[in-house]
Amino acid sequence: MTAMCDVAFLLLTFFILTAKFASQDPVTISIPTSISEIKIPEVDICKIIISKDGKVFFGIDNQEKRDQLIRKMGEKYKIKFSDKQIKKFSVLDIWGTPMQLMPKYLDLSNEQRFKPENIIGIPCDSTNNELAFWLQFAREVNPKMKIAIKGDQQTQYPVLKKVLGTLQDRNENRFNLITGLEANPLDDATVTKK
Amino acid sequence: MAEISESSDKKGKKKGAKKLATHIDMTPMVDLGFLLITFFMLTITLSKPQTMEISMPSKENNDDKKTAIKASKAMTIILGQKDRVFYYFGTREKEVDPVPVKTDYSPEGIRKVLLAKNDSVVKAIKGLRKQLSDQKITQDTFKSKSRIVKNSRNAPIVLIKALDESTFKNFVDILDEMQICSIGRFAIVDITQYDKDLIKTIDN
Repeated sequence: MTAMCDVAFLLLTFFILTAKFASQDPVTISIPTSISEIKIPEVDICKIIISKDGKVFFGIDNQEKRDQLIRKMGEKYKIKFSDKQIKKFSVLDIWGTPMQLMPKYLDLSNEQRFKPENIIGIPCDSTNNELAFWLQFAREVNPKMKIAIKGDQQTQYPVLKKVLGTLQDRNENRFNLITGLEANPLDDATVTKK
Repeated sequence: MAEISESSDKKGKKKGAKKLATHIDMTPMVDLGFLLITFFMLTITLSKPQTMEISMPSKENNDDKKTAIKASKAMTIILGQKDRVFYYFGTREKEVDPVPVKTDYSPEGIRKVLLAKNDSVVKAIKGLRKQLSDQKITQDTFKSKSRIVKNSRNAPIVLIKALDESTFKNFVDILDEMQICSIGRFAIVDITQYDKDLIKTIDN
């Protein structure tokens, strides 16, 4: 019994120490694979998610930065957020709500937020490009930020083009695409076989 | 829950000194331990996802930085619907259209073409990689040298154009092929009507 207990707690310690919680995405994304082996940084990251049906989500790490970000966005869109709403926003990992609906969205409970009717996506059309402002202010609150795009395999190119176009307009020309790992078919092991 | 069981059994050592045997029931603690383990195992992400770095040209000073590329070095890849890829070499010259070819993302498809086109660079990179594995050169020299090789004048320039029907997977796949085939000079360009017309004949 003691031995089992020891093992159990050893494992527990291991898992606690290595744990990095998976942030829950508002939509399920199956990412494409690539041979690239560059790891995604954990801090100073700005994540843009593009879902299968073309919805765009945005998120940055660090609660304080999110706090500053929503204040700036509120100023820009002349929306007054209560302290409670700002607090709620600062714990969101990723969000995809047009600014006009943001106060309402923040008042929702956690379960309601994941309901399909509340997952709308950030508008990034040329007429109403909120993504551009999110990017602009996110860059202001964190100049070191790196941009990572996570897209679903089935995401259609026009949406991606819109997002890439927005990035280019904002002069963000270096960014990362999040992918799964795949073996390099030209690595020595496979080459020598041929 | 911890129970302290005094040895109250009368059969045992009656005459011996009355020892207070402390026995703690550990079952609930172990239960909790395993419960927590299960919880952590299910919630953690052990492997971080990989990323692929790309840099796009900036939109602003595009005009003065525009580089004319040699038609003989240029290759255009068009990403089509249903995982189709089209490619052609060069551009329209002397009223003669380039001939587009239809292929796919398999190793025998676009990769073979790219490897053939980029043969000299691939060989050079392979040589460098061998030197690296033999520890003749360091990782840094490998990186800088391979960058020079990849951007050499003789290396092909690949223009990637995606049709609206193509998917993100296609996009990542083709960028991945660029990496696999050691192509250093490639650009993501908007598709033109000319390209659309060109592939219309074979896209069926």
